[in-house]
Amino acid sequence: MPTDSLFQPLAQAGAHTAKTVTVTFNGEPLQVPAGSSVAAALLAAGVKRFRNSPVSGVARAPYCMMGVCFECLLEIDGEPNRQSCLVALEAGMSIRTQDGMRDLLAESHDPATALTQTMEAPHGV
Amino acid sequence: MNNINSNTSDVIVIGGGLVGSAVSYGLARQGARVTLLDEGDQAFRASRGNFGLVWVQGKGYGMTSYARWTRLSAGLWPQLAQALLDDTGVDVHLQQPGGFCFTFSDEEMEERRHRMQSIQDELGGDYPFEMLDRQDVIARVPALGPAVTGASYTPMDGHTNPLKLLRALHAANLKRGVNYISGQSAKNVSTQARAGASLFTVEGRWQAPRVVLAAGLGNRALAEALGLHAPVVPNRGQVLVGERTARFLDYPTLNVRQTDEGTIQLGDSMEEVGFNDNVTTDVLASIAQRGVRTFPVLAGLRLVRAWGALRVMSPDGFPIYQESPKYPGAFVTTCHSGVTLAAAHALRVAPWINGASRPNEIGAFQGDRFLNPNYRPAHAH
Amino acid sequence: MAFDTSPQAGTSHPVDTADIAIIGAGPAGMAAAIVARRHGASVVLLDEQAAAGGQIYRGITTAPAERLDVLGADYGAGASLVAAFAACGARHITGAAVWQVTAERQVHYLNEGGVRSLRADRVLLCTGAMERPFPIPGWTLPGVLTAGAAQILLKGSGVAPTRPVVLAGCGPLLYLLGWQYVRAGVPIAAIVDTTDGADYRRAIRHAGGALAGWRYLKKGLSLMAALKQAKVPFYKGATELHVLGKEQATGLGFVSGGTLRMVDSPLVLLHQGVVPNTQFSWSLRAKHQWDEAQLCWSPVTDAWGELDVPGIFVAGDSGGIGGARVAALQGELAGLAAVTQNGKLTAAIRNNLAAPLRAEMREHLFIRPFLDALYRPKKANRIPADDTVVCRCEEVTAGDIRGYVGLGCSGPNQAKSFGRCGMGPCQGRQCGLTVTELIADKRGVSPEEIGYFRIRPPIKPITLGELAREA
Repeated sequence: MPTDSLFQPLAQAGAHTAKTVTVTFNGEPLQVPAGSSVAAALLAAGVKRFRNSPVSGVARAPYCMMGVCFECLLEIDGEPNRQSCLVALEAGMSIRTQDGMRDLLAESHDPATALTQTMEAPHGV
Repeated sequence: MNNINSNTSDVIVIGGGLVGSAVSYGLARQGARVTLLDEGDQAFRASRGNFGLVWVQGKGYGMTSYARWTRLSAGLWPQLAQALLDDTGVDVHLQQPGGFCFTFSDEEMEERRHRMQSIQDELGGDYPFEMLDRQDVIARVPALGPAVTGASYTPMDGHTNPLKLLRALHAANLKRGVNYISGQSAKNVSTQARAGASLFTVEGRWQAPRVVLAAGLGNRALAEALGLHAPVVPNRGQVLVGERTARFLDYPTLNVRQTDEGTIQLGDSMEEVGFNDNVTTDVLASIAQRGVRTFPVLAGLRLVRAWGALRVMSPDGFPIYQESPKYPGAFVTTCHSGVTLAAAHALRVAPWINGASRPNEIGAFQGDRFLNPNYRPAHAH
Repeated sequence: MAFDTSPQAGTSHPVDTADIAIIGAGPAGMAAAIVARRHGASVVLLDEQAAAGGQIYRGITTAPAERLDVLGADYGAGASLVAAFAACGARHITGAAVWQVTAERQVHYLNEGGVRSLRADRVLLCTGAMERPFPIPGWTLPGVLTAGAAQILLKGSGVAPTRPVVLAGCGPLLYLLGWQYVRAGVPIAAIVDTTDGADYRRAIRHAGGALAGWRYLKKGLSLMAALKQAKVPFYKGATELHVLGKEQATGLGFVSGGTLRMVDSPLVLLHQGVVPNTQFSWSLRAKHQWDEAQLCWSPVTDAWGELDVPGIFVAGDSGGIGGARVAALQGELAGLAAVTQNGKLTAAIRNNLAAPLRAEMREHLFIRPFLDALYRPKKANRIPADDTVVCRCEEVTAGDIRGYVGLGCSGPNQAKSFGRCGMGPCQGRQCGLTVTELIADKRGVSPEEIGYFRIRPPIKPITLGELAREA
């Protein structure tokens, strides 16, 4: 776990600090603590920015951890805008920060339907 | 406090929704002194539940005046949008790239073609439209699903941001000195003869020589006291709103549009359920189903909100514009296409209320037509 | 319970029915299920989490000994309730996101990737509480979380801050978290407490109640003593709270003791009480009243928790904040009333069974007025200055909303249509109370008069494709 992580699993709090799984985060492999929500695991592995606001592009990260703030939105296994504090972590998950709005046409994976974007995705942090 | 409001108005407009605000704005631009009375936060407010289409195609089938009136308004819309931008700095995001109404079978296609052709014939050819098959549509609407067989397209159609429109109208009215009173329901309008003309008093407080009923569903009751006839009833429409996405749809379509902010709206229904603006799962589900059939890419779209709103519906579905024969100076203005007709309301109806001659197009929209037992209109829908 | 496999009109999936549907597996929901089962009702309990416990007993079924020790005895006490619930024979559907409850008592939910619905004779809404919004400058920066979020990390995964953390605000949960961190060896940079002399003077008027609820008082005092003993830096009467940092939190600024202070930390945990989660009750158009003591909306119910929507009850913190024990008792009362309406009990027996529950509930509520007064969140932290973001989802500021009022918006729904505040994915959960109070304050009328956002389904996100399958 990176040394500047905001959170970590604590043995004193009964966490199994040795138990980790590997996921892919923004294309790179990442070791995260096992046995929690995706959001909790990423926070404990040093992830600080989860998404950009689709309104202004500013960085956002989890706030409530219980599913009422919608700040923890991530793309998980290809599905965008999932509330990651409500998703159980599984080994091998492909996780991406939710940068900008989802792109339905790209998701449909059909090159014939790709459309030049007239709305730019907001710039990230 | 029961003293008559000493602020002398030329016109009192009852109702601060899209119709009332647009009429007030037009009046204020003419230099009239306007008092605009509006209800509170929990009112039914058809204007809050608005799809945002500035829509021409298909309207006025069986009532040519309505096709003309609608076309006129769409043509005037850029002028309204510019005026609002100039007055308030609010861009209502008017876009008029043309619009599509999709068909899902040959029968539907033929029905649609027939309808559009009839209107074109009635208007002497002055009504551009194309019937397109899948291949032609896909070039402009790449996300089209395989169930869609074709569409009718006209360059006359467009859309705007209806919430920004309402906000802009409010701001513009204030800027032009309209006396806006909110939280005020108007149930009592009385009339006195004064020097050969009428003087109208609303709720015992506001007085003016002219009064405009733009109170939506409330017009029905108010109209009778003023020698007008506006038998409007509620008609519910339900709409689904999806999350913001990158742009996937460049054109407005009858049942799906993508707003300037990127959210996706799907509608709508027409239900006669009285004064009930709740949403129901069965209707929402069928709206969802049609949305996914039209654009399969929307299947994974997350829904953020659903709402229901009550349209103000006359018996034939067409507007009612009338000056009271019994009490000249009293007007009723009501329709269920408050966005499309906003330009006509501001730029043609308002001058009429202010004393100009009545626009030719709206002679067919007197409320009295419903008192004629022989009146058998083709219904608007 | 019936599992009728004949298709619902217009749908292709079978109809599920139950005597009682309960939403939420916290103390209220669990207690209601236990009572209802005891009297022979068929019960389905739906909850979002993978295990029972709600927020307060979150993770309790898998908590190892060290965690129970850190979290304290009150948390541990939840284990027996959870065990009793597991044994009572209710059908517990985990991972269920309820997106609509209708007045006809049809419950629509998503579960295991599918859309499902359940028709019940009676519905009990036990959706608990959530953190009160804390709109101060910088509250939307990465690195700012609620104290509740920190507790969830601790309870659910044993995860805690790495470096000295700032806790700011007021209320028992804040101090409890501090105490739990001390026990776990987590360094605390500071507790910045907004409670001031005026709060104590207001609270002292309810001293009688405080003394009557002396067990709660004793717990609170021993918490504070432990924090003091651990030499946690403590600032009192803090005002002008603002999170420092441009793209992420770097600390908290505030005024205390007449001096502007700054405490460095990349993690700021905010808390100023919890408020009822009223999304379902509002979506049912049930009557709500503004509670001036708790500064929130609570649904209007009869003595059993029934709303003015027949057959639908509220129990626990989602009806008004009372704490875990009160929630369980309310759950029992609602459960008794529901089975009586189902014909499984007579009203006389129901009343007899209810009497001791009500007596116990009274005892646990003695402390409430004192706590509500002492930890009343500050106006500046509820109704912020113009620059502060109020609607996190749509980034609408307090100044924007005041502007809409100036344009003639008389309430939250007009403000919503003017500026999109409340139209984002959280559906007003993080901004609703702020918007109501802000407009009330600007217009000089009571929040009761202003009202709240019109709340509509889906209460939880559902996709278009999922909804289409309901057709």
